[in-house]
Parts: sequence; structure tokens; C-alpha cells
Amino acid sequence: MSSPIISIQGLTKTFASGFTALKGIDLEIPRGEIFALLGPNGAGKTTLISILCGLVNPSDGRATADGHDIISDYRAAREKIGLVPQELTTDQFEKVRATVAFSRGLFGKPKDPERVDRVLRELSLWDKRDAMLMTLSGGMKRRVMIAKALAHEPSILFLDEPTAGVDVELRRSMWQVVRALRESGVTIILTTHYLEEAEQMADRIGVINAGELVVVEETHELMRRLGEKRLTLQLDRPLERLPAALADHDLTVSDDGWALIHTYNSRDRAAGISALFRDLDAAGVGLRDVDTQKSSLEEIFVDLVNTGGRA
Amino acid sequence: MNFHAIATIYKTEMARTWRTLFQSVVSPVISTSLYFVVFGSAIGSRIDEVGGVSYGAFIVPGLIMLTLMTQGISNASFAIYFPKFIGTIYELLSAPISYVEIVISYVGAAATKSAMLGLIILATASLFVDLEIAHPFMMLLFLVLTSVTFSLFGFIIGIWADNFEKLQLVPLLIVTPLTFLGGTFYAIDMLPPLWQKITLFNPVVYLVSGFRWSFYGVADVSVGLSLVMITVFLAACMALVAWIFRTGYRLKS
Repeated sequence: MSSPIISIQGLTKTFASGFTALKGIDLEIPRGEIFALLGPNGAGKTTLISILCGLVNPSDGRATADGHDIISDYRAAREKIGLVPQELTTDQFEKVRATVAFSRGLFGKPKDPERVDRVLRELSLWDKRDAMLMTLSGGMKRRVMIAKALAHEPSILFLDEPTAGVDVELRRSMWQVVRALRESGVTIILTTHYLEEAEQMADRIGVINAGELVVVEETHELMRRLGEKRLTLQLDRPLERLPAALADHDLTVSDDGWALIHTYNSRDRAAGISALFRDLDAAGVGLRDVDTQKSSLEEIFVDLVNTGGRA
Repeated sequence: MNFHAIATIYKTEMARTWRTLFQSVVSPVISTSLYFVVFGSAIGSRIDEVGGVSYGAFIVPGLIMLTLMTQGISNASFAIYFPKFIGTIYELLSAPISYVEIVISYVGAAATKSAMLGLIILATASLFVDLEIAHPFMMLLFLVLTSVTFSLFGFIIGIWADNFEKLQLVPLLIVTPLTFLGGTFYAIDMLPPLWQKITLFNPVVYLVSGFRWSFYGVADVSVGLSLVMITVFLAACMALVAWIFRTGYRLKS
């Protein structure tokens, strides 16, 4: 297995105010992965990214980007990293192509108009290349921020809340951009409040809360391991109350009486479901349809935070 | 050394000057030229020579010094404050560029602009008054040293300032008054004895005196002392900038 492109050991940050934003974070991210960092406001997501990108000094611990220490070998480390911050921070008086070329130069790369133009085309900014940033929409500005971050050909891209405040259509468009970037070999670390985003995009999810990584898991594994499911049994005739023979099962009758709802955890043995169906049959309860729903990542997330990852 | 980054920042800053030509170049040249017209040609003709130099010519070095200081400060302070204000400072801090390189590029551009303005004003002044430059090399040395030092000082102000008012505070309330009281319009020996002593606490006196000496060979204080003073101020600014970057003061938490 190749060495991780991001390696973090014991990373801690205590601000001058005494607030500890990160408490000994350990994390490794393999090359080519899309990693989502999930957490509530103030959890430490942006602080973690800011330390890795050089915007905030760590109090303790160390981190490497593509094998380069972010402090002692910061030049080599930062050359590998592109950052798209959460805020749309742009020089409004600059033109699109000029600001992207500026970013490339800032990161020590020689002029390469073709490369800059290619990035603009890939991000659908070509038509706006000579437009002033102040004339662009929020979505376009977000794309410019990504173009700036990609101008120096980084192998790691940090996206801090990339779709915060953008509409659904643009959000899906951004997801396509991120996927395309991954296809081109860029490792992507994104923070998000949109749990659907993490579920849709990420290979792995890290949940951070109060400065601690509560859990790091492959997305589908996290869903499988922790996912609560809801089984809805549509009945062929309504029930007024739950039959006594079914009292041992965790069932509730829907308000209209036409459905029984059973909530269970996918980690539990499936025998519970088999027994439920046998007892339903024995009780003479006929079924019209059956439907299962996975719990949302949001529900899992709340569960994780509340249990400190022991769920 | 990240030469590409230095060149990129430097060129971007210089491009801002050309983009805002009237504000950056034309306006300071015109406003300073007004001094030559009013004090040099109109009023100056009624004032005796000062130290063997016509009054119109006497005030030129001090006015150029005023421009070097105020423009150096305002250019450098705005250049680093603006990215802080709009948030694009993140890009600078996350780039593979050292603090020394950041200072070289921003201060270099600001110093270039103020030195360039100083030379333009010198050329403009020569249209109104008869000028001579007795020590051209020393004149350029003072011009460059002052531009660099006050650009560095402006850079510090830009990092310290957290609003636009603070950005203007030092140039308007400290530097300009000190320059006007620093012998720009008079020789120190024209002051009452007590004020002759008090004015020596004004660091600008040494700059104006040394710069004027490079033109006419006359000075209020020794040229060596002028050079020492500007060098000490330069060293103090460099030490402060080093401390700012070592601690991340108002840049990094």
C-alpha cells in the first residue's frame, strides 16, 4: 500500500484565548481519496484545514503533506496543496484569468497561460476569463476560487464547505467538478455541513466534534455499521391497535392504522426480522407492501456525536 | 527563494499603480508641485535665501522627503491591509513563500513606487526652481533608504491596522506633522534656541537635513548622523517585521 498523502499525528490547537479547538487529531488519508470531514459548527474542521494549509500554527503534533512536514518543510508541503476557503474571498477588481495566473505564480510556478486556460475551461469559466470578479455570480466566484487553488497543479485539494450557500443545482454541479478532479488524480478533503454531500461524495467520512475525531470510516461501511433502518409494513386492512401477539416487537401503528413501523439496527441479527414476519403471519396480519429506509447520515451523525463514536 | 512568487506579487502591486495612475502618480505629483508654485515661486521670491540657497530650491528636498515617506507608508500599508480586509490574505499565507519573500515583494513594490514618485517630483520641481545636486550618489542613497524604510514602516502599519482609520492614523497624524516640523520649510537655526533643541527629537529632521545636504551641501545636522538615524530606523522596522512574522501577530493565530 502506498504511503498516505496526508498524515496527521497528535495535532493539537489551543488558541490564545485558552480554547482548545483540536485535541490530538490522528488521521491518515490515502492518495486519490475523497475524504469528508463532518462536524457541527465550532467542531474544529476549519482549524484542522487551516493548520494543514499554513493559516494557523499548531500547538502540538505534526502533519505531513505528500511526505513533507507542514512546518519544517513547508515549501514542499504547500506546493502540493490547494485550498478553497469557505468564504468567497476575491479581489473584486481583478479579472478571472489574471487572478488565476496570480495564484499560479504565488505558488512558485512559472507562467503557463495554456495551463491557466485549461483550468478555466474545465471549470466552465472560459467565457468569463476577461470578466471582473465583481461581475460574477456567487457560483461562478466559487469556481474561480477552485481554479485559483488548482492553478499550481496541486495533488491535494482542500475544500472548506464548498457548497455552502449555493442552490441545489449548483451544488450538484460542484459535485461533478469534485468527482472530475478525483478522476484526474487529485486527493480531495472537504468539510461540509451537508450530510447528503458527504454521503454522495466521500470515500470515507471523518466525524469531528469538540476537537476530536469521533470516528473515521468508509462511507458505506459507516452507513452499514451504524445505519438504523426503518421497516414500513403496509397492511391489507387497517389496525386499531397492535395485536397482543406482536407486543414483543418494536412496532408502532401508523396514525391511519394502515401501516406498522418497525425500527431496527442493521447491525442486529436478521433473526429479529424473520421472527417478526412469522409472528405477523401467525397473528393474521396481512401485508400489502413492504418498504425499508436507511437512516440519514444526519441521524447517524447526531448519534455519533451523542455517543462519542461508540454507537 | 521563490522568485516566481516575488515577481508575481511585485508585478501585481505595480500593475495596481498603473491601473490607478491618477490616484497613485498624478495626484501626489500635482499636490506636491503646488508647494513649489505657492511657496517656491509666489511666496519664495519674497523670502531671503536660506543657507545660500533660494527658498524655492531650499524646500524641494524636504517636499520630496515628505512624498517618499507618506507614499511609502500608504502604498505598503494598503498593499498588505487590503488582502487582510477582503480575506485574500489566506492565499499568501498558504503559499510556499517565506516571510522574507513576502516583505521583499510588497515593500519592494511600495518602495519602487515612492522612489519613482520622488524622482518624478524632482523632475517636476526642476521646471519651477533652479536645482543642483551636489552629491548625486548620496541623494539616491537617501532616496532609496527612505523609500525602503518607510515602506517597511507602512507594511507594519498595514499589518497592525484593523480598520481603515488606523491605516490613515500614522501618516496623517504623525508623519506629516513631523515632516512639516522637521525642517522642510525652514533651517533649524531659524528657530528659537529652545525649539532648536526640541526639534532634534524629531527623527525627520535628520532625514530632511541629510537629503538636503546631498543637493546643496548644507545641513542642519551632520550627514553621518543622518545616515545613522535612517539606518537605525530601518533596522528597527526590520526587527519589528521579523517579530511580526515570528509570532504571526495579526496574521496567524
